[in-house]
Amino acid sequence: MSTADQAVQAGPARPASLGPVLRWLRFFWSELSLIFRRPRNLAMLAVIAAIPVLLGVVLKVSAPAAGNGPAFVNQVTQNGVFLTLAALVVMLTVFLPLAVAVVAGDSVAGEAASGTLRTLLTVPAGRTRLLLVKFSAVLVFCLAACLLVAVAALLTGFLLFPVGRVTLLSGTTIPLADGLLRVLLVVLYATAGLAAIGAIGLALSCLTEHPLAAMAALMVIVIASEIADSVSQISAAHPYLPTHWLLSWDGLLRAPVDSAVTEHGLLSFAAYAVIFGSIAWARLGAADITS
Amino acid sequence: MSRDEVGFGQGKPPDRDGSAVRWSAAAQQAGPLAERAVPRSGQAVPRSGQAGPWSGRSGPRAGQADLAIASRGLTKRFRRGQLAVDGINLAVPAGCVYGFLGPNGSGKTTTIRMLLGLIQPTDGGHQLLGSAMPAGLNAVLPRVGSLVEGPAFYRHLSGRANLARFDAADRTADRRTARARIDQALDRVGLLAAAGKHYRAYSLGMKQRLAIAVSLLQPRDLVILDEPTNGLDPQGTREVRALIRQIAADGVTVFVSSHLLAEVEQTCTHVGVMRTGRLVFQGTLAELRDQHAPRIVVRTSQPELAAKVLADLELAEVTSDDHQVSALLGDAAPEQVNATLVRAGVPVAALDTPRPSLEDLFVQLTGEGFDVDG
Ligand SMILES: Nc1ncnc2c1ncn2[C@@H]1O[C@H](COP(=O)(O)OP(=O)(O)O)[C@@H](O)[C@H]1O
Ligand SMILES: [Mg+2]
Repeated sequence: MSTADQAVQAGPARPASLGPVLRWLRFFWSELSLIFRRPRNLAMLAVIAAIPVLLGVVLKVSAPAAGNGPAFVNQVTQNGVFLTLAALVVMLTVFLPLAVAVVAGDSVAGEAASGTLRTLLTVPAGRTRLLLVKFSAVLVFCLAACLLVAVAALLTGFLLFPVGRVTLLSGTTIPLADGLLRVLLVVLYATAGLAAIGAIGLALSCLTEHPLAAMAALMVIVIASEIADSVSQISAAHPYLPTHWLLSWDGLLRAPVDSAVTEHGLLSFAAYAVIFGSIAWARLGAADITS
Repeated sequence: MSRDEVGFGQGKPPDRDGSAVRWSAAAQQAGPLAERAVPRSGQAVPRSGQAGPWSGRSGPRAGQADLAIASRGLTKRFRRGQLAVDGINLAVPAGCVYGFLGPNGSGKTTTIRMLLGLIQPTDGGHQLLGSAMPAGLNAVLPRVGSLVEGPAFYRHLSGRANLARFDAADRTADRRTARARIDQALDRVGLLAAAGKHYRAYSLGMKQRLAIAVSLLQPRDLVILDEPTNGLDPQGTREVRALIRQIAADGVTVFVSSHLLAEVEQTCTHVGVMRTGRLVFQGTLAELRDQHAPRIVVRTSQPELAAKVLADLELAEVTSDDHQVSALLGDAAPEQVNATLVRAGVPVAALDTPRPSLEDLFVQLTGEGFDVDG
């Protein structure tokens, strides 16, 4: 133990205020590398990157008749940049929520199932600190997945279609660079929407020791929410559904930006994140760890 | 076996103010054989004016000279109504190797989970290294290494990557020394050569040793190991035992649970014996051995007279019933006791000096079989 003692005392003391932040970042980094090195997650990300490419190829080979297919699809053949938006619309309905469900559902329940949760807590990682790291990592995964879709679609669009000035939904035409900035805004908005779903997944993950149960429950919630969102009889409840605002980023593609709807969406995402984050915190903070 | 337990604060509700918890108090009344494990009076002597570990006035280090672990009436009833731990009063002196013995299902792991703040006791409380839990959990846990309920790791990571993960999670660990500390921990458990292998490729013995390595990532004052030799072959068991001795040699208090007496016997200075959630013996190993100090048993038609003779010979713990008298033999020679008895006119029908093994004693304390009354 003497060597460790010396090792611990070796370095100059860090400013006391910075130490906890740096150690938090180290834990966070370790969490990220766990997520992004996991073969299952890598396979998921590969599929997420492949689908926009596939979509681009299909559109190149057989452009759909006008008016059919998802939004933005018709513009793709004229401007490859629109492939990013078309791909996000396609991915945000099933694949991206599914990927988030897998990562968020696994986050705490996976550690409980493997028994590593008890080691993390006795190390000690701190329960609140652990939860914060877990949620931050889910957030990064959401961002990475959305960015991946956009980048894969963008590259495919550049390769297969003409690319140029972007005509917005309001009819205005803006330079390509500005158009890409709009795409980035859409990506960030979608990330926020997925993070809200991730927060629900995190809460579910704290309620069970079975990661598959948490994943499945979250997928059921997402699908039920999407179905409910399409039933017009209950339209009064639609704004409160977790997936309702996921695709409500049209306003970001107008000039000037019409933020009224996106603000509603962001408010809904924040509400979901706070409510389910609190549930996760209350649950994990008091839970008996018997796994 | 009576419900009575050996320990301080017998039968009293946890009392957090004033009464000093001291090993000595517990040791004095560390009960002999289970059936005689009736607590003496006068335990848990309140020491007025002195801050006991429970007073709340003692600083984090204050209690350390005395007890590394002190619990009072620590109880866990699971939601299904199962009483897993029933009001135990642990007293683990700093610097000792404490064997926490008990058959499967007797509540060892549940106790350890409570000690480490993984689960909440339904009653009672405890201190680690002089700080009251769970308030001091975050401050104290960095000084406590632990292994709970067998090894648990990330299967797809190497041994070294697993240690790096847990070190990264430690809110007190310094990244700059991580590499050195991880290698040192691996070295201590003899896994340095296999550090790059995937955890799933490890043998059970390697997994157990890696789990012990986690508890050695930082300099510790207390190491709590839950059945570290469970499932190991004799060679692996020997290795772990040597490791425990090594850890203890650095002055670290070691609290190690086991369901095998033989394992504890060779490494521990103190033992606590659990039976269906209750602590039925606590004391030094020497005191446990004293339980099977040779007794003399005299079968006679006049037990009262025989008892008086044995008492006159200053033999300790004289007990008698209708047919026989028994006492601790101590230094007395059986033939001399016999001669004295005969001289005093006691008709000695038979005289025996039975010597139960430590193993017999353990079985006596804990009951036969697995989980019979759990
Ligand atoms: N999570 C739990 N829920 C209900 N009962 C439990 C739980 N964990 C343990 N028990 C019960 O508590 C008792 C003590 O278990 P445990 O502490 O694991 O014993 P040991 O570690 O000595 O083998 C057992 O009877 C066991 O069935
Ligand atoms: Mg156990």
